[in-house]
Amino acid sequence: MSLDRAARERLVRALAASMIEHAEELTSLDQAIGDGDHGLNMKRGFEAVLATLPGLADKSLPEMLKAIGMTLVMKVGGASGPLVGTFFMELGKALPEQLTRADLIAAADKAIGAVKLRGRSEAGQKTLLDVLVPVQAVFAGGGDARAIAAEAAQAADRTTPMLATRGRASFLGERSIGHMDPGSRSASLLISAAVAALEFEATS
Amino acid sequence: MSNSSSGNVGIVIVSHSSKIAEGAADMVRQMVGNAVPLAWTGGDTDGGLGTNVAGILEAIEAAWSPAGVAILVDLGGAETNSEMALEMLAEDRRARVVVCNAPVVEGAVIAATESSGGSSLAAVKRSAEEFYA
Repeated sequence: MSLDRAARERLVRALAASMIEHAEELTSLDQAIGDGDHGLNMKRGFEAVLATLPGLADKSLPEMLKAIGMTLVMKVGGASGPLVGTFFMELGKALPEQLTRADLIAAADKAIGAVKLRGRSEAGQKTLLDVLVPVQAVFAGGGDARAIAAEAAQAADRTTPMLATRGRASFLGERSIGHMDPGSRSASLLISAAVAALEFEATS
Repeated sequence: MSNSSSGNVGIVIVSHSSKIAEGAADMVRQMVGNAVPLAWTGGDTDGGLGTNVAGILEAIEAAWSPAGVAILVDLGGAETNSEMALEMLAEDRRARVVVCNAPVVEGAVIAATESSGGSSLAAVKRSAEEFYA
């Protein structure tokens, strides 16, 4: 698998569009159980990423992912900046320029491990890890783009009845139950946007 | 932001609110005057509530001391962003910066008071953390 320049730019634009289009929804999820800035923060971060095009897409895929991560770290402004930014940076660091599916699976494993360390968290605490971990299992198990996107959406839904024990929502204790985790929703949206953009490459 | 040129451990205050960060810094100054390098940062890059890595890196620079820098944070994102900033420092500096697990206002005042007596970075961190332990 390799992504040419046009495909890399399409991937960046798809990721950014998913955050910009869903900014209000993410913010309203975050108003329920957090500090109400997640949509705005992610939108700001990805607008900053878009502003680094076209140069961003001139980079190799690993370098591009690292650059996206760094921009998110610097611009998002909430805990999700370092968390999502770390995912992209570590994914970039772990990927070779010419990658196979196995490379991507191994790199995603490392990136998820880095997110766990950064947040000192594990799956089950009502955070983005509750999407990343099950989606990775489907991906590593051979799931296609559709299966990955479906698992991402379902995993985000499954955070609704969970009790938050990490992140701002954990302050609410049991009142965090009954609301979808905003970070899980944004992770799910990013994954869906990525696989849709990549599937287009695989089939075109 | 403000600093001094003393060799004591520097203090950085990181809050989601620039007003809280600035206010806590005012309280520190009232206690220790200019005996301690001090800097604060608060808000996201658009000036809203939040914390940002670039601001934290600038504050570490402003409060830099050869004895090191102790960072006091308020809520989760401030801690995560501070740890991220710490990792982005040059290696020789990284080892001399710590994030304290203490309440931001009380921790900053206690840490600065400890620092003003010439204590080590480890002692400054311990004092801030012990107070509420």
